[in-house]
Amino acid sequence: MLPPIIQRNYGKWKSHKIIEAGVIEHIGESGERLYTVRAGTPKIISVHGVRDMCDLADKYCGGHLKFTSRTNIEFLVENEKNLAPLKAQLKELGLPVGGTGYSFKTIIQCPGWLHCHTAIIDSPGVAKALHDALYEHFFETDMPQKLKIAVAGCLNMCGAIHCSDIAVIGMHRRPPVVNDEIVTKSCEIPTLIASCPTAAIRPKGKSVEVNPDRCMYCGNCYTVCPGMQIHDPRYDGLSIWVGGKATNARTQPMFSRLAMPYLPNTPPRWPETIAATKNIVDCWLKGAESGERVGDWIERIGWEQFFAVTGIPFTDKHIDDFIFSIPTFRTTTQFKYTETPVVK
Amino acid sequence: MAATKPYAKAILKQAEKSYSDRRTHWKHGGIVGVKGYGGGVIGRYSDLPETEARDVHTFRVVQPAGWFYRTETLRKLCDIWEKYGSGFTNFHGSTGDIILLGARTNDLQPCFDELSEAGFDLGGSGSDIRSLSCCTGPALCEWSCFDTLDLYQELNMEFQDEIHRPRYPYKFKFKISGCPNDCVAAIARSDLAIVGTWRDPLQIDQEMVGEYKNDGTDVNGVCRKCPTMAITWDEKKLEEKPRECVRCMHCLNSMPGAVMPGKERGATLLLGAKATILRSAFLGWVLVPFIKVEKPYTELKTLFRTILDWFDENAKPRERIGEAVYRVGMREFLEAVGLPPVPQMIYRPRANPYYFWKPEELEVAK
Repeated sequence: MLPPIIQRNYGKWKSHKIIEAGVIEHIGESGERLYTVRAGTPKIISVHGVRDMCDLADKYCGGHLKFTSRTNIEFLVENEKNLAPLKAQLKELGLPVGGTGYSFKTIIQCPGWLHCHTAIIDSPGVAKALHDALYEHFFETDMPQKLKIAVAGCLNMCGAIHCSDIAVIGMHRRPPVVNDEIVTKSCEIPTLIASCPTAAIRPKGKSVEVNPDRCMYCGNCYTVCPGMQIHDPRYDGLSIWVGGKATNARTQPMFSRLAMPYLPNTPPRWPETIAATKNIVDCWLKGAESGERVGDWIERIGWEQFFAVTGIPFTDKHIDDFIFSIPTFRTTTQFKYTETPVVK
Repeated sequence: MAATKPYAKAILKQAEKSYSDRRTHWKHGGIVGVKGYGGGVIGRYSDLPETEARDVHTFRVVQPAGWFYRTETLRKLCDIWEKYGSGFTNFHGSTGDIILLGARTNDLQPCFDELSEAGFDLGGSGSDIRSLSCCTGPALCEWSCFDTLDLYQELNMEFQDEIHRPRYPYKFKFKISGCPNDCVAAIARSDLAIVGTWRDPLQIDQEMVGEYKNDGTDVNGVCRKCPTMAITWDEKKLEEKPRECVRCMHCLNSMPGAVMPGKERGATLLLGAKATILRSAFLGWVLVPFIKVEKPYTELKTLFRTILDWFDENAKPRERIGEAVYRVGMREFLEAVGLPPVPQMIYRPRANPYYFWKPEELEVAK
């Protein structure tokens, strides 16, 4: 059930205004005002944490609250006088009030090592480290545009990872080791063979074998069959992708594209990935015009300049060689010269 | 949680071990579930030989429309979950439902029974219709072009059977956004995206535009950034060139309340979005440029069922509808579901000459 003030103004809101970081004032055609106080949450919350949030909602919001599509919590406050004490109590709880307007947004993350058999990295851990590194940007409202970052444990990418300003994705780098016993006992061979995007799996006796020249270690075979053992902490790592957006706002939706093919998997804080992400964010903050998402900025300056200003090496891995490669090739003499040496 | 429940502590201990081993310690889940349901419970087992947390299954619990809660509801959920499970939750999972992370096999049925008694229900998992998602809509947002919360609830009820009982070649996701801002990223993540839109001119409150100008908004700048140069500002009046606007929301976002969607409202339907597996991520593409979204949503429901039936009949196992349509071609798909080809579906026509004729389309040249 919706709070009475929302029921009264349902479908009859006139406008809204961000009055400070994390606080949006909604103004009804009736003249009534409702404030939403947005606080970042860890998404993984114990029942104790949920009850703490309920206590605040009971005290300041008549027992009403909502969550957002980016796992934030929003308190629905009618009385303006409750804003300050609510914010103070949220601060005590360790929940930051912000993430509104042109700010760094709460990171979308999968459950990673807390739940998932295919997770190569611990997305919540990486997200936490990134949240900490970019913390002060959560309280801004005036960056060039929104900054939406997502972390995926593997290529299943559970979330809108493929359309994020910056995405961090766990990756394998070697083909799976086939455990014939498990494959023959537990797996449907046709399903397993069909699960491979590059037709790298073929029957071998009652089991299968993997063509190492075709396998690009996506891990989908492991998803459908536990006998395709692909986890390998010696070689598994992270990758960084940039320039995606899901919204139609001003410019069209875009995919995230490869920036860095491999960074080491170094829990608990993944310093290399954090530093690399910070570098990209800082370059965007310096170079973007007002209103430009990361992808808009890159499209304007050109991808060759993106690699130049960030200092990220451009490699053979950046050039697409899968099924939709041709439309990504530059079929024009219009390019900018850059100083960055090409690294093999 | 670790302090009060050994089970929760064991789950966290395993996560800690993952941090030192740099790998997950979960293995593929078997088929676990609750009576009468094929979806909604994800099986998961630990690969550690000695652990209190041997079986750590997950419930997906359907969320209320727009994620609006009363504390009373959340407290009820917390009490039940604390009784039977680890106490860990996600608010929310990526698809949008509530995740209750960590229940033993023997606790699944009693936990579900109590959740059910308390008015909760499970969401989708596996090859079914997954839990739907919708944006805040008219509850809080002035831009909502239809009642996203009501549509969400109606479609939920319409597809109860299809959500609870997997029967399709693969998963199918609906997502509902009230305007082209698309705050639930429907165009990026759903097989069928329902994105609010309008088809007549913008509604402009000139007085409010003037107020924004006086408050420092660079109205000229807003006009310059219009992707189709559809709006002009002569320091007095903001005007829209008829039929040039592509409803990108930029001027609305820049001056909330001063520029509003038109009066003739409905939705754009987009098909085919998905993540990378199997052969590439897709964004949804326009299937129906404009459709009215009005109770009882008969036209929408009929079309959705037609599309779902086609998906059921034609997609291969583990093939998403976007991949299936890519494989057979839009021409075949459009004919099968009875939708006309329109230029709004594409950026530009084909550049290759490999198009088909049906024998009945051929007529002998006179």
